[in-house]
Amino acid sequence: MIFTKKDRKKALLMVTPSILVVVVFIYGFIAWSFRVSLSAWDGIKSDFTLVWLDNYIELFKNTRFQIDLLNTFFFTIFFIVSCVFFGFFLAYLINKNIKGEGFFRTVYMFPLALSFVVTGVLWRWMLNPTVGINSLFQMMGFENVSFGWYTNTDSMGGFNFALLSIILAATWQYMGYTMAMFLAGLRGIPVQLIESAQIEGAGEFTIIKAIIIPSIKPIILSAMIVLGHISLKIFDLVYAMTGSGPAFVTDFPGLFMFETTFRGNHYAEGAAISIIMLIMVAFVIVPYLYSTFKKED
Amino acid sequence: MKKLVVLPILFALMISFQISANGAQESEAKNEMEIFSWWTAGGEAEGLNAIIDIYQAQNPDVDLINATVAGGAGTNAKAVLATRMQGGDPPDSFQVHAGHELIDTWVVSDFMEPISYILKDNGWMDKFPKDVILEAPRTMEEFFNVAEVFASNGVTPLSLGDTGIWASTHLLENVILASTGPEKYNGLWDGSTSWDSPEVREALNNFAKMMKYVNADHSAISNMDAAQYVAEGKAAMNVMGDWAAGYFMSKGYDQKVVWDWVPSPGTEGNFIMLSDSFGLPKDIKNVENAEKWLTVLASKEGQDAFNPVKGSIPARIDGDRSLYNEYQNEAMDDFNTNVIVPSLAHGAAASEAWLTRINDIVTILVTKLDVDKAVEDLTSAAEKYAQK
Repeated sequence: MIFTKKDRKKALLMVTPSILVVVVFIYGFIAWSFRVSLSAWDGIKSDFTLVWLDNYIELFKNTRFQIDLLNTFFFTIFFIVSCVFFGFFLAYLINKNIKGEGFFRTVYMFPLALSFVVTGVLWRWMLNPTVGINSLFQMMGFENVSFGWYTNTDSMGGFNFALLSIILAATWQYMGYTMAMFLAGLRGIPVQLIESAQIEGAGEFTIIKAIIIPSIKPIILSAMIVLGHISLKIFDLVYAMTGSGPAFVTDFPGLFMFETTFRGNHYAEGAAISIIMLIMVAFVIVPYLYSTFKKED
Repeated sequence: MKKLVVLPILFALMISFQISANGAQESEAKNEMEIFSWWTAGGEAEGLNAIIDIYQAQNPDVDLINATVAGGAGTNAKAVLATRMQGGDPPDSFQVHAGHELIDTWVVSDFMEPISYILKDNGWMDKFPKDVILEAPRTMEEFFNVAEVFASNGVTPLSLGDTGIWASTHLLENVILASTGPEKYNGLWDGSTSWDSPEVREALNNFAKMMKYVNADHSAISNMDAAQYVAEGKAAMNVMGDWAAGYFMSKGYDQKVVWDWVPSPGTEGNFIMLSDSFGLPKDIKNVENAEKWLTVLASKEGQDAFNPVKGSIPARIDGDRSLYNEYQNEAMDDFNTNVIVPSLAHGAAASEAWLTRINDIVTILVTKLDVDKAVEDLTSAAEKYAQK
């Protein structure tokens, strides 16, 4: 199809409103947040005196923020790994032409329909150290079995064990998503390929390693990108489930940003936190977008 | 147990912050009045409705809009409010904790009108209490003896529910007051008492020691859950404001039978005060209606409609005592005779900026019990925020 000059003009006219909206309400406000983060705005009244990177320097000295960054790091890794692993596991089983495939697919996909807030409230009570799953153990006679779950304040090498509860809840919600993606990928692998491998005497494990995983690699990558930016920005799940936790064991930059900005009225510092969050997400998204655009060209 | 007063004691405070009144905007054709609060549940909502009824009876033609945002201690409502105020869309009157939360956040930044004229015009200037100084507090020794007895009998001595960390800060302010006494306690907020003083250190050590006696799941439960532990006999004691009394009342637990109250250890003769209040923002549409609203709030009738239901006590000293239960009557006596000091956890003693820092420090202290680190952090926070 050949585009005439007139077509181009028309097209440009059509997309102009959405471009304007995006420019103003996304990039404009990002720029605005960045400007605020360099200012001395501390209190309800705005103050745009430039203090440059002072807010950022203060932030990195702040114990709470240091904990937040470590928590984000560990949460992101564990969340992605467990979602990809369990999602693949479920997809692989369902792909075996089992009975009631549609039923199981729906069951695993269902948590995805919930909002993070619902998931958070649900798991808060399930993992409550006194009335939750713990009391189930005690009913079964294991009187000494009692986990602290998200109130556990122990840590190892900077990893707070309380995060496991949040990882559990988040994985429960999102493994259905990775499962659906992998299922689509698995269906796309030619049956002949697997059959001929079987004829050659390849075991199940070899088939997974040598055929299935290489052919769904692009799906793993996009799943990681989607999950990665969810975990870097996590707020609602943690807010509903645990809050900051004792000694900030389940605190994340999103929570810190909300409290700093809207409870403490430290607007400049809050803007600095959100800019740092943006940069973290950009590290994940930008290389991905770059590689996709490159392929398209 | 600590008590609180509700409503417009701040009127008197605001006289010292006289701001030149802008020419009030002419209200639009609609005869509306919007009030903004976080009273969405239980006795609080009932109290608010009781006072709205009076307002509507006096002003039947006003269309009253009751805007509420749920969330304990107003944590969510405040974010919404800040956005509206900065965006030039103030509600006609809004709930705010009297003291530094109101002064530092809203008055200093020039968002509020002075309203003492409402008291003057009604001849109510002498209907609000003045601070009366009484005796010095006792030590915490008895508390720890009793706690030890409870602990050895398998009962949690002290219940705490700090999913919202303010509950721990609330306990801490009582423990600090027990060690410092009211004068030095007040000095913490204007910089004349050092946070590195022996008294504060003693208090923080007491607080750390107390943490051995609290329920293990404190970080998983709310302050109301913690009160419930006491009602169920799972725990023996709880340090909380008088909304806990309101909670017990709404659950039908009899006073002096299921539960009883004393001042928090070492704070007898002192009254840690917090007050919910409403003010008059600048540039609102319905000035007259808002003034009528404030008048209802400050009236005897309004105070006596709201407070008995909410479980709090009136800010006026001439409340009708027969409307209040035994606990409230005792709290009213204390309010009239005790040394009144402001609450830290509820925004009366320090600015919100300072309080959020202190809450962060308490979050760490509750778990790590590192008193030296807490003293160091509290001192540097005070250096930044105390008004000398």
